[in-house]
Amino acid sequence: MTPTTTGPDARGHFGRFGGRFMPEALIAPLDELERHWQEAMSEDAFTAELDRMLREYAGTPSLLYDATHLSELAGARMLLKREDLNHTGAHKVRNVLGQALLTKRMGKPRVIAETGAGQHGVAAATACAYLGLDCVVYMGEVDIERQALNVARMRLLGAEVIPVKSGSRTLKDAINEALRDWVTNVEDTHYMLGTAAGAHPFPAMVRDFTRGIGDEARAQCLQLTGALPDAAVACVGGGSNAIGLFTAFVPDESVRLYGFEAGGDGFETGRHAATISQGDVGVLHGARSYLLQDEDGQVIESHSISAGLDYPGVGPEHAWLAETGRATYRPITDAQAMDALALLSRSEGIIPAIESAHAVAGAMDVARELGDAATVLICLSGRGDKDMDTAARWFDMYGTGSDSGEEQ
Amino acid sequence: MNRVDEAFAAARSERRGLLIGYLPAGFPSYDGCVEALRAMVDGGVDLVEVGFPYSDPVIDGPTIQRAAERSLAGGTRTRDVLRTVEAVATLVPTVVMTYWNPIERYGVEAFARDLAAAGGSGLITPDLIPDEAEEWTAASDAHGLDRIFLVSPSSTDERIAMTAQACSGFIYATSVMGVTGSRDRTSARAPELVTRVRAASEIPVGVGLGVSNGEQAAEVASYADGVIVGSAFVRRLLDADAGMGAGGSGTAAVAELSRDLAAGVRRGGVHSTTAGTSAGR
Repeated sequence: MTPTTTGPDARGHFGRFGGRFMPEALIAPLDELERHWQEAMSEDAFTAELDRMLREYAGTPSLLYDATHLSELAGARMLLKREDLNHTGAHKVRNVLGQALLTKRMGKPRVIAETGAGQHGVAAATACAYLGLDCVVYMGEVDIERQALNVARMRLLGAEVIPVKSGSRTLKDAINEALRDWVTNVEDTHYMLGTAAGAHPFPAMVRDFTRGIGDEARAQCLQLTGALPDAAVACVGGGSNAIGLFTAFVPDESVRLYGFEAGGDGFETGRHAATISQGDVGVLHGARSYLLQDEDGQVIESHSISAGLDYPGVGPEHAWLAETGRATYRPITDAQAMDALALLSRSEGIIPAIESAHAVAGAMDVARELGDAATVLICLSGRGDKDMDTAARWFDMYGTGSDSGEEQ
Repeated sequence: MNRVDEAFAAARSERRGLLIGYLPAGFPSYDGCVEALRAMVDGGVDLVEVGFPYSDPVIDGPTIQRAAERSLAGGTRTRDVLRTVEAVATLVPTVVMTYWNPIERYGVEAFARDLAAAGGSGLITPDLIPDEAEEWTAASDAHGLDRIFLVSPSSTDERIAMTAQACSGFIYATSVMGVTGSRDRTSARAPELVTRVRAASEIPVGVGLGVSNGEQAAEVASYADGVIVGSAFVRRLLDADAGMGAGGSGTAAVAELSRDLAAGVRRGGVHSTTAGTSAGR
């Protein structure tokens, strides 16, 4: 485990972002969490056990794949960091194993988590099953209807799924409800937040649990190409896979960093989740960052075809990387992402998660901008199995019609 | 001495607890809220908390969540919160209880200015801790507003001392680990928390979360300076709405609860500033 080089300061601030905008009741528990995390990360026994779990159970380090077919289409060398091959099918296993092991170390028997599409919920339920922790997942009622399969997965793994009926009944409300549970049960409960957002120490802690993505990819890229990539590209919702990729490269000034947010139906429609591109500075779920809000500071519902990016906030370190200009954040619309999903499926035989397809779409633009001598590193954060229903409907692939186009 | 200090001093001289009543602005409507707050004051509430309805109320239980949702669905804006303050601050000292983002959005200095102009006395900030409150501290000082931060049973003695130092008017002690909402029994942890605050500071202590009737108000008033009641008032308005749909009956129920609570803080208020020993009876 490499120590962090990118902040935050002692009180959890990345520049003017981050911090702790939390009820006082949770400040002592956050201090306790920070202390345990810092101690654990300096203990060989803890880091060795986490490394073992990541290697033997999660299947990391994940492969760095030289995507030659995609490269031909892109006009630059495209490298895919195959987080989709991890156990549970996404980078999220890194974060949940770290937090679950920390929960054991704190002596807490119960974990709560929020989930939107169910991916973090499934990952949390998996880690809790593996380490023998009770797991309760809060999930918006609307999302439960949309993601029945993941609800079944969580239940099969032994987690209790609690429908959230307040507010917009989606991810942000699931976080609200998890926070309400946490403030009530904090003595025996750890809140396993699913992204690099929230109050300090969550953004830094989740980053450090996911930074293996970039640490591995940096070494793999040097070994494969003899040089650093010209650009590192990831999708950004809350931002855990992106910060996990970026962190290793932040000190490498020659490496351009790009985060691609969910542009949804496009800005003009108001239906998007492009928090940094279109949002304003504000406070949500414990940190100052960018968020989608109305004139009065009420949080606006986001929209994306990708449930994992469908969040009106973003982690504070991304806000800081954007403000300092170290990383560039751009929107990708639903249509662009789905085109990229089909492109990668057909050119490489890899069906990405729709979240990760945003990164692929953005990387194609970056490749065009940088030219054919460039190497573009893409975090393929998750696999697309969970998205097959969405994709089949988008591309109109259900039904009994003949693929030759003739009507039967 | 400002109006909040005067109110606590007056209650103290009468050897009773100060009764603090909460409703979210715009609930059940702008007029309905103002009417209910006036009824509350008629019934004996000494200090009003106007809630700023917010889209993501993480420290509120289902009752206040529902009220805030109703208020926002009805179109409540920041200016309506300030208008509500203006309408009741002529009667009793009035503070706003608000999550932080709407204040940042409006502009911390601008909100302090406009709140003071509306006759408001200060802010209760459930998700702003003194550690993050530099801008609000400057703005509240500039406009003579009270800063009411929260302490909790989980707060360390160091944080209680630091928070009490940062507060003015009073300090808000949350009696339980949890969200807002009525509870059958008052918390055993509240008296201990009040004792810990008193060991650090002489600032008046208001206890909130879970008080819903005169009996509980009397119990809390036996060890705290102020008794804060929110969800129970909101409940009266929600019930009236669900039952008969007549706004008037909700207001009458609010007035009745206020009278019950006001009698309670007079029965229970036997403490002095050095009290705390009567805790947990």
